[in-house]
Amino acid sequence: MDFVTQHPVLVVSLAKIVGLMFLLMTTLAYLSWFERKVIAHIQSRWGPYYVGAHGLLQPLADGVKFLFKEDLTPPGADRFVYILAPMLALTLAMTTIALIPFGPPTVQWLGQSTLIVADSSIGLMFVFAITSMGVYGVALAGWSSNSKYPLLGGLRSSAQMISYEVALTLAVVGVVLLTGTLNFNEMITSQSGYYLHFIPRWNVVPQIVGFLCYFMSAIAETNRAPFDLPEGETELVGGFHTEYSSFKFAMFFMAEYANMITVSCLATILFFGGWLSPFPDSWTVMRYLPPAGLLALAVYLAYDTVVLARGIARIQLIVVTTGALVIGLACLHPVVLTIIQGPFWFLLKVGLIMFFYVWTRATLPRLRYDQLMTFGWKFLLPVALANLVITALVKVWPLLVNHG
Amino acid sequence: MSIVPISYYLVLSAILFGLGIVAFVFKRNIITIFMAIELMLNAVNLAFVAFARAHDQLDGLVFVFFVIVVAAAESAVGLAIIITLYQNRQTLNIERINLLKF
Amino acid sequence: MSLPFIVFFVCAFLAVLGALTLILAREPIHSALALILVMVSLAVLYLLLGAEFIAAVQVIVYAGAIMVLFVFVIMLLNAGIEERTDFSKLAKYAGLPLGMFLILFLAHWMAHSLIGQQVANGVAGTNVSVATRDLSHQLFQTYLFPFEATSILILIAILGALVLAKKDE
Repeated sequence: MDFVTQHPVLVVSLAKIVGLMFLLMTTLAYLSWFERKVIAHIQSRWGPYYVGAHGLLQPLADGVKFLFKEDLTPPGADRFVYILAPMLALTLAMTTIALIPFGPPTVQWLGQSTLIVADSSIGLMFVFAITSMGVYGVALAGWSSNSKYPLLGGLRSSAQMISYEVALTLAVVGVVLLTGTLNFNEMITSQSGYYLHFIPRWNVVPQIVGFLCYFMSAIAETNRAPFDLPEGETELVGGFHTEYSSFKFAMFFMAEYANMITVSCLATILFFGGWLSPFPDSWTVMRYLPPAGLLALAVYLAYDTVVLARGIARIQLIVVTTGALVIGLACLHPVVLTIIQGPFWFLLKVGLIMFFYVWTRATLPRLRYDQLMTFGWKFLLPVALANLVITALVKVWPLLVNHG
Repeated sequence: MSIVPISYYLVLSAILFGLGIVAFVFKRNIITIFMAIELMLNAVNLAFVAFARAHDQLDGLVFVFFVIVVAAAESAVGLAIIITLYQNRQTLNIERINLLKF
Repeated sequence: MSLPFIVFFVCAFLAVLGALTLILAREPIHSALALILVMVSLAVLYLLLGAEFIAAVQVIVYAGAIMVLFVFVIMLLNAGIEERTDFSKLAKYAGLPLGMFLILFLAHWMAHSLIGQQVANGVAGTNVSVATRDLSHQLFQTYLFPFEATSILILIAILGALVLAKKDE
């Protein structure tokens, strides 16, 4: 225990990283389930249904399938770069989670803030640095496959990513102007407070244009529909991951979901108040929303357990119900209740944005490549710039008026 | 003052700069030569940041900022020139590109 | 061997490894990847020196945009394997040793320069980072004219690249 007390930073950081990685990998797997279910329901069908209750074991089945597929390397491919590309994509996508604050820095263990792994004073810039390196995963994957279609798909995809990166960064600078800091926790605390005592003072209200620009750029940056021509070519020809099979392919898809999560987390922090509750602190009954939600979920799952009569599904549902019940009851304890407030609201907001992502995918048709590039350079970039200029003017207006 | 002595950073900067010069002189592919130039610029940036820390001034960092910006502009134009050169001479070997008039 | 020293030596090793790979690689794409490795390890070294904004700018601009440009051009032009023609005798027997001498000479001179002799182990040994606010004050007050001049420079570069890379139609 001496080691623990002598190196609190190291121990707490390692614990946080291990916990976060575990949570992240599970979330990535279940995000594919979530997406398939939502798209299916939008398309009036059921989605994954048979593998485990409500299809909840589907990601497990997919993972096993990926592991057992044959792992081919195309002939003439550059081996080193071929193996490096998916690893690079996945590693970079997962690294940004280290900078995301899941709750207020007041929650501490051993004197270190527990709910963020790296509370950097320029956290926002580091997130952009890591996402700008994500272009390499795609470009190198296309190149190393030694085939024309992946090369062109990879080049197109990376050109799209670097184009929308500019609009993404400019859309966010408006928020930085308003809050005056690049630190995530300070940005969130500057969004506390309420207009008229009950409308939260989130950045989405003054920066609505910035938010819309950011969100559209984010969808394009992560190669998701309706901007997924380089990836949607999968259905037709290839795209940068044609020649990848089994686990490397799974790595690319995990990287895409991880990028989605990162971008949603950023949107929550910058525009929607991060871990702040939308209800004022004076409404204390709203503090019991997390345990209430979990217990309601447990009741619904219990009902499902009784109604569903299949063997394995029933056992699985009993496990999940017990889990939800235990966590829900644990949240009623005051200490756990204060800890759970921040992450609960944060994850709820991120989940809503991810739902919107999937909804967009199921609803909108794909953009053609030249329409995509035109949209990025000729519409989003000028709008983001205009937003920046107007925000700067509004910020500086009192000084100008006082001077002249 | 930093924990790692500043001279260590300067030696690293010198080694990288020297390796950049060696790459610049010995390589034959234009793009690789261009990358050696970027390596030399990076080595110089490291020296600037080390000196900024040593003297506790910010001017070194501002200069690094400008070096990065100028390197960006220079690479954009340089690579465009290389593309044009490739389109005209169909080779990237500098020993073959030795005629002023084609 | 405290943590800053370990980080320094790991990053220095990676940087020199990247530079050597740049020289010795047969394919330009490997040289480009090696250069990216150098840039990222230099960014970590900037962090170690307390210049966090510059580290972020280095990764965003240098490693994340300029090198992407390089990689694109290598892919577009399909720059093949570096022709393996042997070095001329002069280069091998005189050039390489002279190159090594140059590197060692520079390293020695830098190590024994005036700054190097101040073996700065630090009064408190703490690494105080430079605040972005102070850096931006310098950038927008003392160095405002160079800042605006670089914006014109970038504009000229964009125009130049566009004009040069257009196909003659």
